Amino acid sequence: MSATANYLLHLADNAVVLGQRNAEWCGHGPVIEEDIALANVSLDLIGQARLLYQQAAVVLGGDATEDKLAYFRDVPDFRNYTLLELPHRSALVGYAKSDMDYGTTIVRNFLYSALMVLVWEALQQSKDEQLAAIAAKSLKEVRYHLRHSRDWLIRLGDGTDESHARVQAALDHLMPYTEEFWTDSSIESAAVAAGVGVSVASLRTQWDALVADALAEATLVRPKFEGYITEGKHGLHSEHLGFLLSEMQSLARAHPNATW
Amino acid sequence: MNAVVTPADAIQAAWTALETLADPEIPVVSLRELGILRDVRQGANGLEVVITPTYSGCPAMGQIEDDVNATLQAAGLQAKVVTQLAPAWTTDWMTDIAKEKLRAYGIAPPGQQCAKGREAGESVLRFVRGAAEPEPAVPCPHCGSHHTVESSHFGSTACKALYKCLDCQEPFDYFKPY
Repeated sequence: MSATANYLLHLADNAVVLGQRNAEWCGHGPVIEEDIALANVSLDLIGQARLLYQQAAVVLGGDATEDKLAYFRDVPDFRNYTLLELPHRSALVGYAKSDMDYGTTIVRNFLYSALMVLVWEALQQSKDEQLAAIAAKSLKEVRYHLRHSRDWLIRLGDGTDESHARVQAALDHLMPYTEEFWTDSSIESAAVAAGVGVSVASLRTQWDALVADALAEATLVRPKFEGYITEGKHGLHSEHLGFLLSEMQSLARAHPNATW
Repeated sequence: MNAVVTPADAIQAAWTALETLADPEIPVVSLRELGILRDVRQGANGLEVVITPTYSGCPAMGQIEDDVNATLQAAGLQAKVVTQLAPAWTTDWMTDIAKEKLRAYGIAPPGQQCAKGREAGESVLRFVRGAAEPEPAVPCPHCGSHHTVESSHFGSTACKALYKCLDCQEPFDYFKPY
């Protein structure tokens, strides 16, 4: 598989997995405005994923289609960051017991949007013209996602004792997963060498500044990093991705040639 | 429609047929006025109509493609609908007439130009307290008051946010500058 196709799948898998996760809030949002907000964010992410899968299918050629790439690949084939597949559960309570936690959702959306604003900005210069066009479009969308999640991060962080404790716990839980961003995988390195991709490691200083700025306003403390670096983008996932994919893929797999 | 003989005639006829084709979500404005209909051109295999999505996930794109095909068929024309992403759609393309139609329909039109770009290195729009440059007030489409407040960043469609007028108390949609 070409460097470009692999790279497009990495970007598409990120978008589709977070889009699917955030869609779990549809009908369950803490207030109706946020229910609609999360559904809109998901719509943007799934739209981005579709464009990226379509382009990956073009690059792959043969009988590849966007639906085959989204619905008929299995867990080890997915190249998304582990961060994006985790449930919306509070680390304060534990995965098994807790209800969906909006603080966890907001912190993850903030950390990812802050990264993607920088990634899409850079990818506007990609040698793959279609990827550059997708980047210019996605950049506008993700700027709005960053604005939404950053605002809520500050409201919750600088809010009540309860909301502060919950977003701080979410940050302590999720921040270590962002370490995965900074070591380029062989797929990313090959895409960078081909002039198609961007080296995410080179964006780290800017991302740190975006995060530090928001955390200061939100009165939150960035946890020190120690421990294991996840490898979702290498296809090594947590147990949560399988459940997410089985829900997302079951309809297409039950009716493999259906059109709608 | 035997009158259509040359490619130039066909292009003109297609523009005329599509001129009044409305957006499926906001039926008071046409696809051309919204900037979704980008071009009608002669391709290698005949007429091509170029459209561009507003947002990546805009669920109306399939409907728009069907509407374009149906409208052209009714006018005796055949064309391939081509979806083009670059340059990315912006509300700057919306005509003044379209903005006035939106306002009359109860949707506050986008208020500012987006194309001027932002400061180098600036990646995030600030809209919390202490924001360096607050966004200009959005006038209420019902009473014209600038005394309005955003109730939600996201509204009934991807392209709109939800606002409330503090004078006439009416909620309204705001077409986000984008």
